[in-house]
Parts: sequence; structure tokens; C-alpha cells
Amino acid sequence: MIEVRNVWKEYGDQVVLERLNLRVEEGEFCSMVGASGCGKSTFLRLLLGQERATRGEILLDGEPLPAEPDEHRGVVFQRYSVFDHLSVVRNVMLGLELRRAKFTGRLFGAQRRAARDEAVAMLNRVGLGAALDKFPQQLSGGMQQRLAIAQALMMKPRVLLLDEPFGALDPGIRKDMHDLLLGLWRESRLTIFMVTHDLKEGFTLGSRVLVFDKVRVDPQAPGAYGARITYNIPLDHSRDSASSIHMAQAVVEGATRVETV
Amino acid sequence: MRLINRHPSRSGGLMLLLLPFIVLMAVYFTGSSMRLKLNPDDKLLPSATQMSDAIKEVAFNEDKRTGEYLLWADTVSSLRRLGIGLVVSALIALVAAIATGSFPLVGATFSPFITVISMIPPLAVLPILFIVFGLDELSKVVLIVVGITPMIIRDLHARAREIPTELWVKAQTLGATSWTLVLRLVLPQLLPRLLVAMRLALGSAWLFLIAAEAIASTDGLGYRIFLMRRYLAMDVILPYVAWITLLAWLIDELLRRLTQWSFPWYGGGAR
Repeated sequence: MIEVRNVWKEYGDQVVLERLNLRVEEGEFCSMVGASGCGKSTFLRLLLGQERATRGEILLDGEPLPAEPDEHRGVVFQRYSVFDHLSVVRNVMLGLELRRAKFTGRLFGAQRRAARDEAVAMLNRVGLGAALDKFPQQLSGGMQQRLAIAQALMMKPRVLLLDEPFGALDPGIRKDMHDLLLGLWRESRLTIFMVTHDLKEGFTLGSRVLVFDKVRVDPQAPGAYGARITYNIPLDHSRDSASSIHMAQAVVEGATRVETV
Repeated sequence: MRLINRHPSRSGGLMLLLLPFIVLMAVYFTGSSMRLKLNPDDKLLPSATQMSDAIKEVAFNEDKRTGEYLLWADTVSSLRRLGIGLVVSALIALVAAIATGSFPLVGATFSPFITVISMIPPLAVLPILFIVFGLDELSKVVLIVVGITPMIIRDLHARAREIPTELWVKAQTLGATSWTLVLRLVLPQLLPRLLVAMRLALGSAWLFLIAAEAIASTDGLGYRIFLMRRYLAMDVILPYVAWITLLAWLIDELLRRLTQWSFPWYGGGAR
């Protein structure tokens, strides 16, 4: 469904990503892990359309991705993912309003009530049914991320992109968010790409783990070579035993540690 | 305990707040009574009685020539000019800042231009305004607009660029067009910041209003002060200055409360 063909990303002389090739089928959950600064967030921004590849192309269903963000690709960032001037329920309604009212961006009367009902149903699914009229800054970090996920899912996107969505959360809350996300993913068969710096999180959640790393390093010119996908590990949580996943994780952990030192 | 960690108690805070005002009054009235003792005809530091007599004269007695109550007539004319000037500036600035802040092509064209325009000293173009717009109301309002609009535009433009990139991207992933993105993200984010910018511009607006009234006017608070200067009538000028200060403070407070009340989500306007 998503095909990445020989993609490079360069900023001036600095090569961030080089020779990326990848095929991802519909309904996969790709965790992207790697050391900081290895280009995994850059790759996510390419998928999002926030930035363009210097060379190569990314195809969605055989068509090149549009060069700007659109409603087929939802996103949740680590911070600033929700609109602080809108209440919780208005945040989730926003996507419906923008889609259904092309000129005013606002719904009125019966249409507005219908949109509100849909938004409330979604908020109940993510456990925010009791906070409908609060403003985002009155919510905890975990609740804000639930809201951001609900807001993105409202659009029924083809692809959901997550940029370290749980990076700023406490471990306990993280566990809850993992369960929520896995539940939503299984229900909707979304295709998800998630950037994380937490290997364990990547292996627990993903159906495929992509490891980004620099293969070649020139000490005289650190920017001369970019990162590639060094491991592309499909995981089958239902079939593979937990131990084999642990083994894969240990191998990746060892490899990234050696190469980053 | 370190000085930085010592906070006033509630009643102590009120006392500290009033202290500078009380000291100012005490210094003034001591000075006034000392000078009046030496020379009862001294006009420089009028006593409280002299000032309250003067206030009674301008505020509660009809003027013999015009039949108006001077203070109120002056206040109405000045506030009308100030109000029109502020509202017009705010509207122009909002539109300009949204355009330059949201659309890189517009911003690349006009941002440097606005920066240069904002460097023109407004009082230097006052003669031009009088020549072009005549000596009536219009030129005074235009001076306020010319004086504060570029400042507000630059401030709001910076605020628009401060809206996190994540939100611009997020709105696009929710299906916003350029137009609806302005309506649902940029405009509501900028409105409270516009009120804050207006509060900051209020001081300059008063400055330009009084300058314009002093030079060419037949009424207004600024006009009256400059007229009274000819007679050394400090007993009128000082209460007028106090009245202007009070009005300015009230407008500032009104805008602050309006910000808090209309945009409860916005934290920056609380101060």
C-alpha cells in the first residue's frame, strides 16, 4: 500500500536519509526506532507531506503522495497536537466541520448536533466522555494525547502517523495509552507509523519494527552519509513466541548500541 | 530568608500598592502648602481647594460662551477620536497580520515594507495629514491610526508566526483549506493577542490624540490642557491630567477583562 522508492533527504550538504526502500501493507503497525538524530522523525515528516524528499518517491496505492498534508494522513505529535482555543468536544468536531462546511468551516443547527454526537461517541471510546467541555490545558498530558488521537481518528485516515506520542508521559499512563492504541488499531485496521526512542515500546506495539541507523560514518564529515533502515523486522505477536521477539529486540539493542558509541 | 522569597501578605499587599500614591500626594500637597504660604498667588502648585473649585467650574457649571459642561464635552470628543482610531487600527492590523502571517507569499512581499513604514515618526507626517485630510476630525483619527497600526501589525505578525507548526500541520490533516485554516485556527488564536496588543498601543494612541488636539482642535482634553497653559491654570491642568490617566487606566482594565472573559483559554492576558 505504501511504497518508498530510493528516497534521499538532504539539507544542503548534510545527508539525513539515504537510499530508503520499503513496502508496507495496509493495516500494519510500523514502529520506527533508532538513536536520536538518525532521521526517523524526518522520515515521518516525509510521509506526512510536511517535507519533500530530495530524491526518490513515496507512493500511496501506486500514486505519489501529495506534497502537503491532507486528510488521508492523520498525525499525533508529542506536543501541540490539539487546539488550545477549542474545548475537548470542539477539538474533535473540528475535522467534521472542516470537511462538511468548506466555506465557513463551521456547522450550525442539526448538522452541528449530529457532528457533536459523533464526536462524543469517539471521545467515549478514548475515555474522555467526562471532559467534553474542558479546555486542553485543563487536561493532563495523557488525556491531551487521548484527545489528539480521537481528533485524528475522526477523519478515518488511511495512515496514522505518530511522532513520539507518549514520549512525555509517565510510565503508568504510557501502559494505558498502549492498550488504548492497540485496541483502536485492531478495531479499525489502520496503517500506523510510530516514531519512538523506546525500543521496548516499539517492539510491544509494532507489527513491524524499522530500525534507522547510519551505516557509514565519516569522522571528518559527520553529515556526509545519511541513515538507512538497517533492520526491517516483521513481528507476528499471535504466532511468534514472546521469547523470539525478545531475541530480536536484544539483537537490535546490541547493534544500535555498538554503532552509536 | 532571601529577599526574593519574601512575599507581601494580603493586607500588606494592599498597603504596598497604595504607598506610592500616598507618598506622591503627600509630597505634592506639602510642596503646595509651602509655596502658597510664601506667596498666596502662586499658580504652580495649586492647593486641593483651588483644584476642586476649578473642577466644579469645568465639570458642573455651564460654560458661558458655549453653554456646555467643558470637561464632559472634552471627554466625549477625545474618547470618540480615540475609540474610532483604536478600532480602525485593530481591524486593519488584524487583516494585515493574518495575511502576512499565514501566507508566505504575502509575508515576503509586505513584511519588510511594513517594518520600514513603522519607522516613520508619525508626528513628522502630521502636517501632511492636516494638508490632505483638513483640520477636522478625520486627520486626528488618521494620526492615531498611522501612529499605532504598524506597531500592532508587527506584534500580531510575530504572534501569528508563534503559532506552533504542529497546529498548522494538524489543521491541514483535518481537511482545512487555506481559508478555513485562517477562520478556525489563525483568527481565534490572534484575537486575544490583538486585545493585548491594543492595550500596549493605548499609551501611544493617547500620545497622538493629545498631540493632534494640541495643534489643531476646538475641543478635546488635549486641546483644553494646551489652552489652559496660556493662563498658567495649573488648577485645571492637573485635574485634567489625572482624569486622562484615570480614563486610560479604565480602558486598559476594560480590555484586560474583555480578554479574560471572551477567551478563558488564553493565559497570556491575565496580567
